[in-house]
Amino acid sequence: MNSIGLLLILVLYLSILFYIAYWSEKRSHSKWTNNPYIYSFSLAVYCTAWTYYGSIGVAADSGLSYLPIYLGPILIIPTWMIILKKIIRISRVNKISSIADFISLRYGNSRFLGALVTMICIFGILPYISLQLKSISDTFHIVTKTQASSNIFTDTTTYVCLALALFASYYGTKYVDASEKRRGIVTAVAMESILKLVFFLIVGIYVTYFVFDGFDDIYQKAAILKDFGKKNTIGGITNGINWFFLCILSMFAIFLLPRQFHTAIVENNKESHIRTAIWLFPLYLLLFNLFVFPIAWGGNILFEGKGNNSDTYSLLIPQFFDNNVLTVMVFLGGFSAAISMIIVSSIALATMLSNNLLIPYGFIGSLENSSQEKNNKRIVNSRKIGIFSLIILAYAIYRLFILDYSLVSIGLVAFVVIAQLAPSFFGAIFWRRGSKNGAITGVILGFAVCFYTLLIPYATGMTNSVSLFVTEGPWGISLLKPFQLFGLDYLEPIPHAVFWSLLINIMSYAAVSVSFKGNYRERNYAEMFVDIDKYITNHENAFVWKGTAYISDIQKVLQRFLGEERTKRALTIFNLKYNIDKNITTADARFIKFAENLLTGHIGTASAKILISSVVKEDKISLPEVLRILEESKENIIINKKLTDTSNELKKISEQLKNANQELVNKDIQKDEFLDTVTHELRTPITAIRAATEILHDDEDIPEELRKQFLQNIISESDRLNRLIDKILDLEKFETGKQKIYLSKNDITKTIKNTIDSLNQLIKNKNISIEFADSNKVIKAFYDEERIVQVIHNLVSNAIKFCSETNGKIAISIFENETNIEVKIHNNGKVVKEEDAEAIFDKFYQSRNQNIKKPTGSGLGLAICKQIIEHHKGNIWSESNVTDGATFIFTLPNYNTTENS
Amino acid sequence: MKKILIVDDEPNIVMALEYTFKKNNFEVFIARDGQEALDILKIQLPDVIILDVMMPMVDGFATLEQIKKDERLRHCKVIFLSAKNKEKDIEKGLSLGANLYVVKPFSVKKLVEQVHELIQ
Repeated sequence: MNSIGLLLILVLYLSILFYIAYWSEKRSHSKWTNNPYIYSFSLAVYCTAWTYYGSIGVAADSGLSYLPIYLGPILIIPTWMIILKKIIRISRVNKISSIADFISLRYGNSRFLGALVTMICIFGILPYISLQLKSISDTFHIVTKTQASSNIFTDTTTYVCLALALFASYYGTKYVDASEKRRGIVTAVAMESILKLVFFLIVGIYVTYFVFDGFDDIYQKAAILKDFGKKNTIGGITNGINWFFLCILSMFAIFLLPRQFHTAIVENNKESHIRTAIWLFPLYLLLFNLFVFPIAWGGNILFEGKGNNSDTYSLLIPQFFDNNVLTVMVFLGGFSAAISMIIVSSIALATMLSNNLLIPYGFIGSLENSSQEKNNKRIVNSRKIGIFSLIILAYAIYRLFILDYSLVSIGLVAFVVIAQLAPSFFGAIFWRRGSKNGAITGVILGFAVCFYTLLIPYATGMTNSVSLFVTEGPWGISLLKPFQLFGLDYLEPIPHAVFWSLLINIMSYAAVSVSFKGNYRERNYAEMFVDIDKYITNHENAFVWKGTAYISDIQKVLQRFLGEERTKRALTIFNLKYNIDKNITTADARFIKFAENLLTGHIGTASAKILISSVVKEDKISLPEVLRILEESKENIIINKKLTDTSNELKKISEQLKNANQELVNKDIQKDEFLDTVTHELRTPITAIRAATEILHDDEDIPEELRKQFLQNIISESDRLNRLIDKILDLEKFETGKQKIYLSKNDITKTIKNTIDSLNQLIKNKNISIEFADSNKVIKAFYDEERIVQVIHNLVSNAIKFCSETNGKIAISIFENETNIEVKIHNNGKVVKEEDAEAIFDKFYQSRNQNIKKPTGSGLGLAICKQIIEHHKGNIWSESNVTDGATFIFTLPNYNTTENS
Repeated sequence: MKKILIVDDEPNIVMALEYTFKKNNFEVFIARDGQEALDILKIQLPDVIILDVMMPMVDGFATLEQIKKDERLRHCKVIFLSAKNKEKDIEKGLSLGANLYVVKPFSVKKLVEQVHELIQ
């Protein structure tokens, strides 16, 4: 493949990526760019050219030791649900835009610590970027079968690198606020992640199944190569310890690498996306490793003794078989891996460079009095230049220093350097006592150790040659040998450096933190970081600040960065959030923190603090006072919560009261109606009695027969009166729960028969035929016989009363199922209307539209039946949709069921 | 001979009234509810109607409304006879055009006097 052709393909490929970035930036709110899959795939920026090519190199040259770099993340990712969520929350409320912001803010918003972290990151990552450029360049020359030109102006990779630098600086600085999301870049990175995986899997399948005959074939052919066995065992305890440290290293890397912090935290849109990432991302890593081994050993078999660079086997194998399409595909996959790392890393580094180093230490003074446009332009430009120069600088490093190193060595050194941030990073979210001085001491000493044990030997190129410094130690002191510090001789250089640097780092961090208390601001942020869940909604409350400040002064500062419009809007939101009168002129702690947050995205935490401090007068607070205030604010939050709970409770109670009141009103109306009816029902017999008595009293010559009739009327009306009073009292007893039910085992058929017998005379009088099916069956149930007799008596009496005048028929039947016994009493009289079916069980319900003469009765019979049956835990109802009369049904719990329970 | 229509669904009350008014030389008609009363009124023109309020089907109030619509019955005197003794019930009864509202229980003797007063 010639250079021009490949370059054209590259240009096409890059423009597609540009277009994806452009397209998704425009649709930054659509679900295509804001979904958990884009998020998860963007995390795969972890897999760089080092993974893409380097793993194969390691697998070919030294066996399985490429695995820990993926095992570490896979092991630690399940904890993301807790840890990553916490970090995301802290970063969101504090508008954190980089790991330097994160660490420095926690330790009292320390400008120095932010700068230190930035330096460490640049120091660790810049060579790592160089490494990616190197891989692009190397593979470009392999694919085109050309030699790298020593003149940078004739080397095509120079121009590729320039294009990249322009792309990154253009798209990476779309927003002044660095904590804003960059959907374009993220979507492009996610696309590249998918492509690099797909291309890698394709070449893996090609090598395994087309060049060879599957895994078995490769294994058998590789097994006869020398060193195969030795390379492919983990090896005793020492190698185990090596593995252990490498796993730890990569666990840290997945949190701390600036590009990982950027994609996982700064670009996180929704906490819930983590849920997808914790399975998808490990799956991605596993898939990526599936074919590393076959490609590596396939290469070893094919190129045995030819001295090819094993890093590039995935390109060399298809090229060996003249498969140009596949070669280019693999190249594009590696190119994707490299550029996504370069772009995301350079954006993250440039943000840190501007927000944590250049602005707070450099041109913050010049920002103080300029206009908003000028300021924003300055900030954006500084970042643009930052990204551009970082990439160019990395290219320079590649050209000058690392033409010869294998991919893995540089990558791991970067990991070790970055790992120095681990103690202060994890301490930040879990340990309140961790202090600024502790963090600074830890990072510096840890870095110093890894500088001595790794960077010096690597940088001076002494790893590959026999060097007295490495083999004998400086000045011949063997205890100071950089690869066997203090006689620790069984670890490989990288795990060795990890061990010593982190040991010293952690010890000094802990020791200094415990010995010297941090200042109040550190303690304040410690509280906010460790207990983020408590402060998540009103985090400004947790900020402790005392002094004199005027809103107008702070407003002026804000306007210089946000502009008048946005400042005004932000103020309104703040006032609404905390219910503050907009006429208040003095600013409180919450406002100070709010203002700092607004500036943080633009100029970083440290500069935000500096700018705000310049317009306010802060009083010193002692540490105990801070602790007291924090305790109070904690209490306040608890009290607030309690108040909300109480007010909710009150709301509920008042709702209940309202309902209860409504019920009472209804009951009152019912009671009035009831009394009215009772009065009427009582007065009617009294009226009859009074009239009859008066006639008997006044009229002496009343005929004997009539006299007797009137006396008879008086007797029957008195009885009626008495019955009515009995029933009212009966019902009252049931309704107030004073009526007791005495359950005993009875035979319902017998009870029914007895009741019918007592009504026989009435039935005969009206010439009614009564039919009782199942009258021979014995059906047992638990009930109060006296009461059930009352119910049956009432229902049968009603049936008699309402039966057809001529040819009256009553049918009684019993049904039994698992749970109930059902008694059905039917008469062929008047149909109960559907709208009356329920109401007839109400007290004194008398259907106004009854098309018959008013039957005798108290109007309480069915109401009492209902009470009795319900006290037996049964049901009573009148069956609707019966057309040939009226059917009343009641149920009682089945004896078997009641017995068993 | 004066004619009187007694409308009530309580047979014992009706019996007492029937006896008393007959004894006082009235021609007595009896209806057990409002509908029956209206049927009788189609063929008879009583001087007095004694009307119970709470009756099935067509109650006393509704019956009176019907009576008032009938021009022929313009001269009929109407007495309500009711156990409902609340002011609003009495007011309603009188506003519908009844000449008298008698609360149950009542004195038969006094009722007869009131009827005599009404038709003089």
